[in-house]
Amino acid sequence: MSDYAVELIGVSKSFPTSKGEQIAAVDRISLSIKHGEFFSLLGPSGCGKTTTLRMIAGFELPTEGEIRILGESMGETPPYQRRVNIVFQNYALFPHMTVYGNVAFGLEMDKIPSPEIRERVTEALRLVRLPGMEDRRPKQLSGGQQQRVALARALVKRPAVLLLDEPLGALDLKLRKEMQLELKHIQAEVGITFIYVTHDQEEALTMSDRIAVMSEGQVLQLGTAAEIYESPLSRFVADFIGETNFLDGELETVRDGLATVLVDGTLRLSAGSAASDLRRGQPIILTVRPEKISLHSRQLDGAVAGQIEELVYIGTDTRYQVRVSEGSRLVVRVQNSGSADQAGFRQGDRVYLTWDPAVARILVR
Amino acid sequence: MIAGCATRRGRGSLLLRLGKTALGANAWLIFAFLYIPILVLIVFSFNDSRSVAHWTGFSMDWYLRLFSNEPLLRAARNSLVIAGVSTLAATAMGTLTALGMDRYPFRLRSSFDAILYLPIVIPEIVMGISLLLFFNLAFFPLLQALLHFRMTLGVPTITVGHIAFNIPFVYVIVRARLVGFDRTLEQAAQDLGANEWRTFWRITFPLLLPGILGGALMAFTLSLDDFLVTAFTAGTASPTMPLYIYSLVRRGVTPEINALSTVLLAASMGLVVISLVLQRRR
Repeated sequence: MSDYAVELIGVSKSFPTSKGEQIAAVDRISLSIKHGEFFSLLGPSGCGKTTTLRMIAGFELPTEGEIRILGESMGETPPYQRRVNIVFQNYALFPHMTVYGNVAFGLEMDKIPSPEIRERVTEALRLVRLPGMEDRRPKQLSGGQQQRVALARALVKRPAVLLLDEPLGALDLKLRKEMQLELKHIQAEVGITFIYVTHDQEEALTMSDRIAVMSEGQVLQLGTAAEIYESPLSRFVADFIGETNFLDGELETVRDGLATVLVDGTLRLSAGSAASDLRRGQPIILTVRPEKISLHSRQLDGAVAGQIEELVYIGTDTRYQVRVSEGSRLVVRVQNSGSADQAGFRQGDRVYLTWDPAVARILVR
Repeated sequence: MIAGCATRRGRGSLLLRLGKTALGANAWLIFAFLYIPILVLIVFSFNDSRSVAHWTGFSMDWYLRLFSNEPLLRAARNSLVIAGVSTLAATAMGTLTALGMDRYPFRLRSSFDAILYLPIVIPEIVMGISLLLFFNLAFFPLLQALLHFRMTLGVPTITVGHIAFNIPFVYVIVRARLVGFDRTLEQAAQDLGANEWRTFWRITFPLLLPGILGGALMAFTLSLDDFLVTAFTAGTASPTMPLYIYSLVRRGVTPEINALSTVLLAASMGLVVISLVLQRRR
């Protein structure tokens, strides 16, 4: 048995356009997904994440490269001979069958004896918390229930890998949050590898063991939620995952991994974990997350002075926009841990900003 | 001013009332126009005398006579055989054509689509003549030359003619059903382990069935009462029901014809009801 559940080796997929040109939806992707992993493909629409998933399922064949499932090269293996199952974005429940019929379908195709089918269907419906719904038709179920049936229908086959194509996209926010946790629980219970496609960064961060951030058919960064959030390697990733500040500047010095950056010609800032191949004077971007910055009312050593231009109270946090130089503004999020009248700063207040240099990142422009 | 307003409103509501009455009357007129002839026909099929204009009393005689009329029964059997066979063939061919046209994009697809619709608007008489010429000038001589087999016009040629004009109707109905077809359902089936064959029979076919049945019933009804194409391709030996009725009418209308028409009407109404029930069950 292979070390990996799914491997993609230099996989590309291009589609012909109406003008006869080829457009690459997926561009030389290589990924190795471990057994039992909750792996997310995250990216904006059109980034190639769904095409990648459909290639693993076998609905599309790669124009280049190789896909292996459990170490076995898939080549042109049709979908019905792959040990993967998919949960579609629109659920794709069979409208002419009952819930039982839908969930049992895959087992009937495998010619499983009917007592065992009955047992496994009941078990699958229990797992997704839909017992007693066997005789309903998909039309009689709510969106959330249909979603669970689709999940049960795929899981009942005990696939090596479960593919999920934005399965929570059609649900409302509250239900989506519930289902995120539930999916995570179900995955822990069944121990199946999940490959999850989403454009919702929060969803990916909440559920995934590892995330591949995709853009324009390529994987820009691969890592755990924390790695991708804390140490983005590119402006795109930093911007796509959560909120962040970007300051354009020039590199002044690098010493002991600590870089000094000159922003707007006047502002000297330090940032950690700079790549070693940076040159002095090189144009770079400094990025720091809004919640990593602290606001002070007095001048501190190494603090950046600024003025509050705008503040928005958003319940858990207050979001300040602080002008730190002629052309640069930083967004700062401060948790509202005290009561409302302790909120601290007002518009126009002079403030001092500090952050741990290690949390600020330097990106090559 | 106030009085003026009141008058105007009064006139307005009068016009509105008149309009409503006219609309109602129009509806009744249309129903009368459509159904009174048929009602008269049904009523006089139960008449106690040979007259189809003067009511003399109730009787089922004409129906009894109908069922002991040998040539009529033969014509009815011909009609049913032709309608059955042509419906089966046209439904299979029309459905497969619709699936093919839906699934496989190719150059000139929309032109081919139009060509498939065209026979619906081609005058039937043109179709009848062309089929007659085809059989007599091309098909029969070829059969004679190649297989030394002599064939003449009859039930087989009528059936072929009916298949030809039925295919477009089945095609149109099934194609319309395919427009709303969610193809991810087929992908889901394949993902769950069904090969192409089982996917078709378990998913595609049951979901298309209302359309296919609709097309088949349409084909059956059209075949059952077709006159023109049948007349050109029938020859002399084997009339269908419509041809037989027409030959009777030329000798004068008797309530027997009324009775026969009533039976045909009941049968086709029955088919329509069956098709509605089948479609509602989905």
